Amino acid sequence: MKGFNKMRIRTARRQAAVVFVALLAGSGLAACSSSSSGSSTSSSTATSSSSASASSTGIKQGLVVYYIPKDTQNPYEVLADQGGEKALSELGGKVVVSSGTTDTAAAQIPSIQAAIQAHANAIVIAGNDPKALCPSLNQAAAQGIKILAFDSDVNCGSSPNHLFINQADTQTIGTSEVDILAKEIGSTGQIAILSAAASATNQNSWIVYMKQELAKYPNMHLVKIVYGNDDPATSLTVLLGLLSAYPNLRGIISPTTVGIQAAAQYLNTHKSLLSKLVLTGLGLPSQMKPYVLDGTVKEFELWNPSNLGYLAGYAAAALASGTTSLTTGSTFKAGSLGTYTVLASSGVTGPSVVLGPPTVFTKDNVTQFNF
Amino acid sequence: MSSDVAPPEAGTGGGVPPAVPPAAEGSGKVVAAGSAVSRPPLWRLAIRWETGLVVALAAALVFGSLESATFTSRITLFYAGINIGYIAIMALPMTLIVVTGEIDLSVASMLGLSGAVLGDLWHHGWSIWPAVLVALAVGAVGGSLNGLLVTKLGLPSIAVTIGTLTLFRGVAEILLGSQTIPTASDRPFPSWLTNIGVVPVSGTELSYTTVIFIGLAVVCGVALHATPLGRAMFAAGLQSEAARFAGIRVARIKFWLYVFSGVICALAGILLAAQNSSVSYNAGFGLELNVVAIVLLGGVSIFGGRGSILGVVLSVAIIGSLQMALTQMNIDPNVQEIVIGGLLLISVVIPSLSRAARWLGARLSLGRSGHTPWAPD
Amino acid sequence: MTARAQAPGVPRLASVLRAREAGTAALVLVVFALATLRDHSFADVNSVQQLLVGASLVALLGVGETLVIVTRNIDLSVGSVLGLCAFVVGDLFRHQHIPVWSGFVIAIALGAAIGAINGLITTVARVPSLVVTLAMLYIVRGVDAKLVNGHIVLPSQVPSAFAAVGYRTVFGIPWLAIIVAVVVAAVGYSMRTFRPCRELYAIGSNPEAATLAGIASGRRVFMAFLTSGALAGLGGALFLALFAQVDNSAGLGYELNVIAAVVVGGVAIFGGSGTVVGAALGALLLNTIQQALVAVRSSSYWSEAIAGALLLAAIAFDRWLSLRVARGLRSAEGAHRDLATAGRGSAS
Repeated sequence: MKGFNKMRIRTARRQAAVVFVALLAGSGLAACSSSSSGSSTSSSTATSSSSASASSTGIKQGLVVYYIPKDTQNPYEVLADQGGEKALSELGGKVVVSSGTTDTAAAQIPSIQAAIQAHANAIVIAGNDPKALCPSLNQAAAQGIKILAFDSDVNCGSSPNHLFINQADTQTIGTSEVDILAKEIGSTGQIAILSAAASATNQNSWIVYMKQELAKYPNMHLVKIVYGNDDPATSLTVLLGLLSAYPNLRGIISPTTVGIQAAAQYLNTHKSLLSKLVLTGLGLPSQMKPYVLDGTVKEFELWNPSNLGYLAGYAAAALASGTTSLTTGSTFKAGSLGTYTVLASSGVTGPSVVLGPPTVFTKDNVTQFNF
Repeated sequence: MSSDVAPPEAGTGGGVPPAVPPAAEGSGKVVAAGSAVSRPPLWRLAIRWETGLVVALAAALVFGSLESATFTSRITLFYAGINIGYIAIMALPMTLIVVTGEIDLSVASMLGLSGAVLGDLWHHGWSIWPAVLVALAVGAVGGSLNGLLVTKLGLPSIAVTIGTLTLFRGVAEILLGSQTIPTASDRPFPSWLTNIGVVPVSGTELSYTTVIFIGLAVVCGVALHATPLGRAMFAAGLQSEAARFAGIRVARIKFWLYVFSGVICALAGILLAAQNSSVSYNAGFGLELNVVAIVLLGGVSIFGGRGSILGVVLSVAIIGSLQMALTQMNIDPNVQEIVIGGLLLISVVIPSLSRAARWLGARLSLGRSGHTPWAPD
Repeated sequence: MTARAQAPGVPRLASVLRAREAGTAALVLVVFALATLRDHSFADVNSVQQLLVGASLVALLGVGETLVIVTRNIDLSVGSVLGLCAFVVGDLFRHQHIPVWSGFVIAIALGAAIGAINGLITTVARVPSLVVTLAMLYIVRGVDAKLVNGHIVLPSQVPSAFAAVGYRTVFGIPWLAIIVAVVVAAVGYSMRTFRPCRELYAIGSNPEAATLAGIASGRRVFMAFLTSGALAGLGGALFLALFAQVDNSAGLGYELNVIAAVVVGGVAIFGGSGTVVGAALGALLLNTIQQALVAVRSSSYWSEAIAGALLLAAIAFDRWLSLRVARGLRSAEGAHRDLATAGRGSAS
């Protein structure tokens, strides 16, 4: 009886192993077929109409650029990646979008490795962490891959040397945010900042300039910075904490599209707060439209994320083709956006290119934009 | 088979749920002991599970080589080591702890805390070796906190380690705040340390973390499967009361296993800091469930008393190679999550389903006769 | 526990048990009072409303989690289920324009379906619930993210009648808090009154004995998982109403928060004791502490560490409490045999 049981259990397990492997292979095949339906790979190869002009500007054909956003789901990044695809398709190259699901460096490192193994020509990355990506990016650079950062820079010093595609001049973003708020609250009162992740490079560099600009307004006091982690629920929670801790708060700057949206939604449903609280920040016009039209938010700013990706694509192609370099003053053409110049390093930021000044959105112009 | 819903920490030293007559609990365990008494067959059972894993690994490797052009290049092995090595290292002490019937969910937070300690000391000018030693010591202290609460106070390990998970992460946050060390004004980490993330061990394509993992796996494997200590661990997981009466110092073993886990996770944190050339307070955030998944896939029973290091090593290889292949194929990372979850589910459901099918077959052919170990409603 | 109802130690026993929930409630008031002393606006209407709303979702999920934990199981998939249901309902609103009430129904049904799968695999396939729900956590999260695919649900796409549930108040009490309170009261009452619900405690105390005593353990545990899933689904609908925005990060990481709240609220992690009222109070306590820390202007970096320490303290305290109860019951047993010395029956 014992032996019989043993045998039954053994055969059960053997069967289990076989079925297990079959299902493993099956799930692999399922994953395989879902990949061919184009989940996150986007390849766009151009027709020959633009190849003549492309080669005349010295850009190589068939360039492969890896776009590594913070994660594959962030709508802002998705728009930027699409801009990159447009750029590379105009140039006869292709874009591969690869990243993880969590906004961590550990999720982006495998994508950098994949780019290295695929012998990509360039990597355009939005860094989840200022330093943890540097060793992998350095390895990529050692293989001859050109490194660019966009949206969120990486602080790797000269290892590797990379180009930062800045969405707007860092200082301008910081100062204009404070100026907009000051205008609306009469330059007096307590203000707070609802930021994204505490470690986000771009947020922290803007905040530095915000604090500098605040020195010009002696009656405005920055009482707290809270971190919403680019998550609507967390943003709302920290906002509520802010409101209960500082009942006399006059203004909130939220330089993150997720944060400003969450705050606007809350103010929209608690309109009594609007009598003494002003909200501004960086937001997507498509998301902020209803709030601007009904007066919850008067002004906010941003730029076109698609243009950011487009510019990064042209810069990557130019660097990979050798038609421009990281030396200060080098120029390159960026398709329909015009010509851009590489700016000198300053502070922790290396060579960079600036997309342009931020656009201020108000009731009058917010409906004109569809991003 | 024994009771279906016994908690992992049943029979913790000193902890007996109130109002439960020991006899009833014991009888539930006696059934398990009944199947455990046939130790040699259990061994063969274990080998069957690992055989399945070996076949699964082969399938994964074949899949990867077919679907990804770059899977078979030598550097893939190095990259896989970088990506999963430090996680795999944490899975080894976890295996031993789960075998004794407990669990440690604070592993990823200890990884973060040790990195934070290392970074904070470095930021304050300490030199690297003293900082590393203090970070390891912090691991030992954290592990002994877990061990004390579980063995001395008899608290359930799943609840305790959720508490210490939060506590350790919180302390890491207090130490570092939003900073990433080295900051702009700090010296960079010494290059011999950061090279761990960049170059393989000379002469091979193995990352340093892979080599450390293999070495540690050998140590843990020998300890678990070939020493009296290992047999004591299995006994503690299967039948904690009987083990204690047999003279095994169950509480002592569990305590030192928690200290071991703390130190190893601290080591993993240091290795990660070296790989990234930096530390931030949220390093390894959320990884504890990944470690548990690796251990469970490796065939270690969550109730304790069954499992092998070999299984866990194979599980690491399967998950590591699958993740490499899927990323190289540029499969949506969400699909990767679904695959891992599905794998885990399948790996535990299949044996149960085949047992259920047999039971069903037996009932249908024998009719409603007598007691079967299965008594569903 | 029910069998001991005749022992003379009962009045002490009942009061000790009741004391656990009362203790949590008392802690909530203490923290509230301390914070108000430091910052008077903490007791403002707005602030109290925010306290209630902030704790609502975790409390709701905590009710379902309590049912599962009481039976000596665990449900790690609640956060992912909440996220999935929130998105599915939001997506249906914007594409199919379904009526408002059906949003709730669909969310609960979807959550219940996933809970049923968890329950089935746990009871029929006899797989440890930790493994099942862990795997389900990954699978549901992955499926959710695939569905979202970057197209987050925006406030303009949510019908305002639905979103009203998220912020409207009645006599100053938010609807959200009222809905959750009703659920807590209903489930709490059921747990005390109806036999099938009380059997959950028996199953958790001693699974083998429960089965031998004729309790349909499998069916009860299945229902517990079904309920947990359904409440997580309802939580998803309320999430959508509250935030009016859903991306793939909705509900991420909630499961450990919920378990922490439930444990702080006095539910024993190895099953057999604890109430849903306690779990809800635990959620309220943790949220109040969070908000209080902000109110007293403490560094936000401390909140995590304090939460961890609090959790450990709660577990240790519950352990001490249950040991006292065990001692009390044992001596109650002796007193039962020797009625003359009934006074000795109380715990030391």
